[in-house]
Amino acid sequence: MEQPVLKVSGLETHFFTDDGEIPAVDSVDFHVNKGEVLGIVGESGSGKSVTSLSIMQLISAPGKVVGGEISYKGENLLSKSEKEMRKIRGNEIGMIFQEPMTSLNPVFKIGNQLVEGIRIHKKWNKKDSWAHAIKFLKLVGLPRAEELMNEYPHQLSGGMRQRVMIAMAMACEPDVLIADEPTTALDVTIQAQILELMKKLNDDTDTSIIMITHDLGVVAEMCDRIVVMYSGKIVEQGTTKEIFESPKHPYTIGLIESVPDVRTRKERLYSIPGNVPKPGSIKTGCHFAPRCKFAFDKCTEVTPELIDAGNGQMARCWLHEDKEKATLLERVES
Amino acid sequence: MLAYTIRRLLMLIPVLFGMTLIVFFMIRAIPGDPAQVILGQQATEEAIESLTKRLGLDQPWYIQYVDYIKGLFTGDLGTSLRTSSEISGEIWPYLAATLELSLVAMVIAIFIGVNAGIISAWFQNSWFDYTAMVLALVGVSMPVFWLGLMEQWAFSLELGWLPSTGRENVRNPVDAITHLYLVDTLIQGRMDQFGEVVKHLILPGIALGTIPMAIIARMTRSSMLEVMRSDFVRTARAKGTRMFWVVYKHSLKNAFIPVLTVIGLQMGLLLGGAILTETIFGWPGIGRYIYDAINFRDYPVIQSGILVVAVIFVFINLIVDLLYAAIDPRIKYN
Repeated sequence: MEQPVLKVSGLETHFFTDDGEIPAVDSVDFHVNKGEVLGIVGESGSGKSVTSLSIMQLISAPGKVVGGEISYKGENLLSKSEKEMRKIRGNEIGMIFQEPMTSLNPVFKIGNQLVEGIRIHKKWNKKDSWAHAIKFLKLVGLPRAEELMNEYPHQLSGGMRQRVMIAMAMACEPDVLIADEPTTALDVTIQAQILELMKKLNDDTDTSIIMITHDLGVVAEMCDRIVVMYSGKIVEQGTTKEIFESPKHPYTIGLIESVPDVRTRKERLYSIPGNVPKPGSIKTGCHFAPRCKFAFDKCTEVTPELIDAGNGQMARCWLHEDKEKATLLERVES
Repeated sequence: MLAYTIRRLLMLIPVLFGMTLIVFFMIRAIPGDPAQVILGQQATEEAIESLTKRLGLDQPWYIQYVDYIKGLFTGDLGTSLRTSSEISGEIWPYLAATLELSLVAMVIAIFIGVNAGIISAWFQNSWFDYTAMVLALVGVSMPVFWLGLMEQWAFSLELGWLPSTGRENVRNPVDAITHLYLVDTLIQGRMDQFGEVVKHLILPGIALGTIPMAIIARMTRSSMLEVMRSDFVRTARAKGTRMFWVVYKHSLKNAFIPVLTVIGLQMGLLLGGAILTETIFGWPGIGRYIYDAINFRDYPVIQSGILVVAVIFVFINLIVDLLYAAIDPRIKYN
């Protein structure tokens, strides 16, 4: 197997607040291969965004990466200086954020903001950078790209701004693109266009994409492999097919069940009872146990590790320790 | 923009009318008969009566007001009771002295205040932040006259580094052309005098600039702190932009609007409210001019002096409003 482009191992990002140290990301391991689309799924507060910001080393106080390794092409990003990280950000690893409305600087022209990154990394002159930026605006399907360069963000719609963000993130041709909820703030029709665009860029340029989302529809559409996060930990990982066809963690099952299905009209939508626990509030046992209908004694007593649930699909659930217990999950599915 | 400027200028007419009315009546509410004050305690009834008649003060108030307004329309600000010369002819040197001092004070205040605020926000909760904000608190609370006296004591009396009063070396006086001595000495190439003028500006400039500096520093800090948490700041960092440019380009331009408002207001206050500083430092400015006129019940000078200061204040506000649009493209005046 080829070497992964990005490999995160044992990542620990904690927030140091007045209420104590909160482990927002707790020993997270995953990797992305070249040209692959990896989905990181989870509810709000599960640590997905903190994970992505940790990779970029853009975690600001009171948060801090306290352990683990982020290996990019064999080099540990965590041991790099701020100056070295600046050469990685935007150049090797690009990032798209959730809020296209607020992610562009309102007082600078689109062109100015696009050219900035190109000039930093490619060290080109103004004219070449400008032409390169226009090329990328066209690539992301924006009409009248030349004019847009001289417009301000407030003159563009949400979908157009997100395209600009994508163009900006792609302009230096990064090897990895981290997309943090890129479509959440957009209309459904625009969502589909943006996803299609990202898929196309992935196919054309061989850029690996880490797609962070809470939307399972997006994941099913886009991703090759999926990592499910819950309360700062990875609870399940596998290929998209595996995860959707035979989810191995009760939380994943719950997530999939809560997606409304147009074909079967239920009286009430399914939802997982309870809320995501405050990170750090559960000290022993599985973090999902209080909300889990399969929970037994061991679940609240001992914290589970990721256990192989067959074919390399991993789940952080004690049910998979015992073949008999694991069949409980299958019965629910059918 | 041009249409807006013209409309704003037209709107000045009623504002200025209102101001003339207020000033006119306020002055006449000051107790004491000007003829009596001019002629002194020993004056005879007849002398006072004839002077009152000559000054037009025997006329009913509305005729006095109409005469005053008529004069204003022809550029006639009236005649000083004290010097018997045209106010329009004698006011400029005083005004120039104040303008020069206020501009120097404001340049010091903006340069130090804005930078202190930016660095405090950038390194929030650092020793620099704490020190700067304690100093700013001291600066805001410091009475100007006390600061002025302490400066004179330390730098003139004890150390003998800088002159304590006046605008120029009286043994080497500046040939006034514009009455802005920095400009005059430069035009004439008199660098020795230029140095003298600068030396004379330092102490009153610092005394006058301290309060605005402190207010600007605090405003810049709080505005920057808010902006630096924005999504677009994160985007800029994710592009690989240097922190210096993230702060001084991306954040500052967004944070500058409230700072600009404060700068405009403080500039206006300095022009009219520099009386204390001008008195302590023997500065022949407009504050001193009006102050002396009040002591002498020199109605025309008080009226015109206040009006001129008010007009400048209103113009500074207009300039600030126009600058808003120059900084933030979302602000449009139609």
